[in-house]
Amino acid sequence: MTRSPLLAVEHLTMRFGGLVAVDDVSFTAYDREITAIIGPNGAGKTTVFNCLTGFYPTPVGRLRLTGGRGEFLLERMDGFRIAQKAGVARTFQNIRLFPRMTVLENLIVAQHNVLMRASGYTAAGLLGLRRYRVAEHEALELARSWLDRLGLTAQSDWEAGNLPYGSQRRLEIARAMCTKPVLLCLDEPAAGLNPRESAELRGLLTETRDQHGIGILLIEHDMSVVMGISDHIIVLDYGSMIADGTPSEVRSDPAVIRAYLGEEETEQLPPEVAGDLHQEGRI
Amino acid sequence: MDARALLKDAGLAAFVAFALAFPMVGFQTIDVSGSHGITVVTRFGDVAIAVALVFIGRLALSLLQNRAMRLPILVLSAALAVGLPLLTTSYPVITWLSVIATAVIAVRAAWLVFDIADVVGRDEGNHLRDATAFIGRWFGPVLVVFAVLFPFLPMTSRYILDLGILVLTYVMLGWGLNVVVGLAGLLDLGYVAFYAVGAYSYAIIAQTFGWSFWVCLPLAGLFAAFFGVILGFPVLRLRGDYLAIVTLGFGEIIRIILLNWSSFSGGPNGISGVPRPSFLGFPFTANPPEGTRAFHQLFGLDFAPEHRIVFLYYLILALALVTNIFTLRIRKLPIGRAWEALREDEVACRALGINPTNTKLTAFAIGAMFAGFAGAFFATRQGFISPESFSFLESAVILAIVVLDGMGSQIGVVLAAVLLIGIPEFFRELAQFRMLAFGAAMVGIMIWRPRGLLAHRDPSIHLPKAVGGGA
Repeated sequence: MTRSPLLAVEHLTMRFGGLVAVDDVSFTAYDREITAIIGPNGAGKTTVFNCLTGFYPTPVGRLRLTGGRGEFLLERMDGFRIAQKAGVARTFQNIRLFPRMTVLENLIVAQHNVLMRASGYTAAGLLGLRRYRVAEHEALELARSWLDRLGLTAQSDWEAGNLPYGSQRRLEIARAMCTKPVLLCLDEPAAGLNPRESAELRGLLTETRDQHGIGILLIEHDMSVVMGISDHIIVLDYGSMIADGTPSEVRSDPAVIRAYLGEEETEQLPPEVAGDLHQEGRI
Repeated sequence: MDARALLKDAGLAAFVAFALAFPMVGFQTIDVSGSHGITVVTRFGDVAIAVALVFIGRLALSLLQNRAMRLPILVLSAALAVGLPLLTTSYPVITWLSVIATAVIAVRAAWLVFDIADVVGRDEGNHLRDATAFIGRWFGPVLVVFAVLFPFLPMTSRYILDLGILVLTYVMLGWGLNVVVGLAGLLDLGYVAFYAVGAYSYAIIAQTFGWSFWVCLPLAGLFAAFFGVILGFPVLRLRGDYLAIVTLGFGEIIRIILLNWSSFSGGPNGISGVPRPSFLGFPFTANPPEGTRAFHQLFGLDFAPEHRIVFLYYLILALALVTNIFTLRIRKLPIGRAWEALREDEVACRALGINPTNTKLTAFAIGAMFAGFAGAFFATRQGFISPESFSFLESAVILAIVVLDGMGSQIGVVLAAVLLIGIPEFFRELAQFRMLAFGAAMVGIMIWRPRGLLAHRDPSIHLPKAVGGGA
């Protein structure tokens, strides 16, 4: 299978005053692949995400998305249009569901733009025209398929804020998927999950990649997730990219080990120690 | 709890009562004829009674913690609550206060004696949710039937009917503001501005062009909606407190323009002689102009001024119901759900591709449109409008109705409007203590229903029952 590029990030730079949060980062994320962005805290991972999804107004550089919907230059688009037109969906590090709306409503709201068009920008919906009822039925079926998949069908009328933490994480992913994106950006989806939930998440992500044929961009600290499912890893440190490669390449990259374990000056890690660390899943 | 702690606690409550009552109750200024200015009269007796009441009441409430004391206190307080009104004293207000206080203690004691708290407390969440859902389902239709029959009930005098019209106007305003505050979560302190725009648009258009009510009404709504969009643009980026301040300013701007732009709005004199509504072109007058027929002639009735009042009542009832049905329907449409999502989390909305600008502006416009309709109704009902009717206090009352209802429930707005508009009218007999009673009712609601009268949210959509296996 040939790899087709989905997102090409070229020379992305983001400054906040004097601080350079992201410094000349270039990488490519491919279609039907999971690309992980890792790095120590404060390395600029979330900043890259925020630039991609239009939450910062003026990133420098070029963000070229070539998905099924055509070609878009994300750096020139408004926040909501990136999700609406270009088809980039995201989740957040601190879960941002609509807590007082029900689980089902969360998934229906995600299909806003489709439903809005079907409801003739509300007019047809107010009159209860058939066109809108059909669209609403389809939206419900899509939501139901995701609820079945997450095992949340019985909780569809719960307030989303009352779900257990792990379910909230997965619901947020399902909600993003309901926008039918070409690129799904996940900001630490495994944070706060126990090992069983984390394994479920891995299954969900690989399934999503394979069944929906989309690209996934992933920020994650949980190395069992990163190493287990990523096709391709990018490592950031202090805003710069220090490595780019397959999991096994990145795992043995000395610059990455230094970034995670601190500067050891001239001293190299003895191979046994590095091996132990890998087994513990800390790198 | 030992006796000393009890006394100390009660003493503290009594001290607070004293500190409050001494300046407020202890001195009364009286304008004695013949003397210069006003004279101060002291009422230390009243202060002493008030302090003693608080002391005893607090003591009784504390003693309720003790199981053995519950029944005696229940009996005693119930006896006092029933017995006190029979005594005739020179202080009717004090008597009533004592009755209310003893009644509260009796209810509290009964609550504990019969273990009601345990029963309710066990699964309070579910109980209340079921109860409010039940109220939502059955109370609404019953209320509509009652509202339709209201003008023909034997107890309905002209005064009551006028009050009904007033309450319904506020119900409609509450439902309109509920779109902005309850659904979209945009705190709007200047809602009365749109009410004013509607009223003035109606008055000026109807007077200038002589168009009928039914032509001017949509125009008034349109103008108000337009002003809603005008307000919406500058506040798009604002949230919470900042939004409240700007909307508050907007409300005042409209009022001050109306007050000062005399050539347009008549300034402080307002606009009088606003055309009255007619029944499909048949006016409600005793002597219609030559060649036309009045309403009473059309139906062969004797002329009665009440006809117009009843007509106005049904007019506002219809307008309010339209507002309600519209809101209920739009809540289940994508735009309504987007409003609620925006209230919950604007950042997440943007990440899902929802256009926050359009969503907010439609909320402002639709909320303002209903205020415009209500304003047009107000103008035609009063026949006279002036900037005084559109002060900040009106915005505050409408907002209080929405907040009191618990944000988002439709029946709650009705109850809150009845409570906020109706109760002060009912308490008129209490004269100077009217606002005190009103304040006490508000404090009571804050204590017992802190999330609003009916803090219940119906999901806007459910999964249909699985068709053919589903999963």
